[in-house]
Amino acid sequence: MAETIWRPQGRARRSTRALRVRTSAAVLAVVVSAVLIVPPLAQLDQQAVDLAAKLQPPSWAHPFGTDDVGRDLLLRCVYGLRVSLLVGLVAALAATVIGTAVGAAAGALGGRTDRLAMRAVDTLSSVPHLLLGVFVVAVFRPGVWPVVASVAATHWLSTARIVRAEVLSLRGRPYIDAAVSGGASRWRVAVRHLVPGILPQAGLAAVLMIPHAMWHESALSFLGLGLPAHQASLGGLVQGGRGSLLAGHWWPTLFPGRLLIVPTLAVAGLAGAWRERRNPRRRSELTL
Amino acid sequence: MLELKDITAGYDRRAPVVRGAHLTLRPGESLGLLGPSGCGKSTLARVVALLHRPERGTVTLDGHAVTGFSHRAPRSLRTAVGVVFQQPRLAADPRLRLRDLVAEPLRATGRRTEAAARVGELAERVGLGADLLSRRPHEVSDGQLQRACLARALALRPRWLVCDEMTAMLDASTTAALVAVVEDYRDRTGAGLLAVGHDPVLLGRWCGRTTHWNEIVKD
Repeated sequence: MAETIWRPQGRARRSTRALRVRTSAAVLAVVVSAVLIVPPLAQLDQQAVDLAAKLQPPSWAHPFGTDDVGRDLLLRCVYGLRVSLLVGLVAALAATVIGTAVGAAAGALGGRTDRLAMRAVDTLSSVPHLLLGVFVVAVFRPGVWPVVASVAATHWLSTARIVRAEVLSLRGRPYIDAAVSGGASRWRVAVRHLVPGILPQAGLAAVLMIPHAMWHESALSFLGLGLPAHQASLGGLVQGGRGSLLAGHWWPTLFPGRLLIVPTLAVAGLAGAWRERRNPRRRSELTL
Repeated sequence: MLELKDITAGYDRRAPVVRGAHLTLRPGESLGLLGPSGCGKSTLARVVALLHRPERGTVTLDGHAVTGFSHRAPRSLRTAVGVVFQQPRLAADPRLRLRDLVAEPLRATGRRTEAAARVGELAERVGLGADLLSRRPHEVSDGQLQRACLARALALRPRWLVCDEMTAMLDASTTAALVAVVEDYRDRTGAGLLAVGHDPVLLGRWCGRTTHWNEIVKD
């Protein structure tokens, strides 16, 4: 007899999805409002050094503990998350715009343009993108914008591929033929029919890019190539706390690391639910 | 005059779908093209509508030898041929309301101001109710959507009409209604018609002349 696997269905499945969406949205709202509200309201100096209170474990006064020069880690984490979110949002947006433009041009124009653009994408993808990012950052002085540029410059490739594939599939549809026959220019076909058709995919790629870009920023900061040392960033905090890890001080690395994972999961939860909602037909394939 | 000479066309150079097709259509004439499925009728229809570039052969439209196809064809030539496709679901952008679907050719050719009036007039002619115009393609039936597609094809008053299995998906009454709309349009404007299909009874009653696929392609 075939074994039946129980899987929530109907109302149960919808309610687990609703729970996931609500949890993700709530977590994301808390994180975003924390980074937006705390710094201007609290008027606390995240760089205030207190050597007498260095490496204190979590307590009521310092919920996340203090680092090796006595700075409050909760405050540092909020500032770090602020930078990470900013880099994530801006870099993901820039990468999506570049990727969509290149992918749409390659797919819509076809022929030699397509081959050239896609070979360029292949060439860039063949270089490990962290290495490429390190190169971009190394050219400029450390700061937020070089990091954004480095992340954007290396992350548009997958979006370009997704968008090109989507454009190619749309381009062969009869409604594009009908538009051409109705006198539409290339530009009008692109703006009126192709771009609206690829927006769901490009939007999803952009949203999933945000956590990816945050991780990339943290990786660069961890390697010491991101922000200058006095500016908090999650990767920089993990890097700074690494030294005291062997001495048993777990909190300077654990909390920034957790804060990197939490928004990632929240964004992934929302994006997954949105994708299921957008395309009910694909839902069964996704939950297999 | 619409003239196709020695057209070879397809999607793979080594295995063309259409080999050496000849076709002549005089203004005001209606020609039914019969053939089994998969023989290349639709590809030929796309060539006639200037949407597909043939590998060999010449297309002459109203005295102009066509040199570019699809976007490369001059707009005045492209819009001289109206096309209705077999599957309205695929031929309609799922995001556009029927009103915008019908108005799209007018907007694309810069005749935005007359769009609203013209859409109303076309909708009435093809038998689309005003309430349907604000719906999207997934909210109407195949027959209703095909009526909208026919209205779109007539929006720019083409001198030639290509109906590629226009009624294959439809019931008898809708078929009769759509054929009547096409014939009414041709009576008033004197447009030529190429109707592609596989139903000899329908094409025999609809068109002045019918021909079989085997007669227009060379062996």
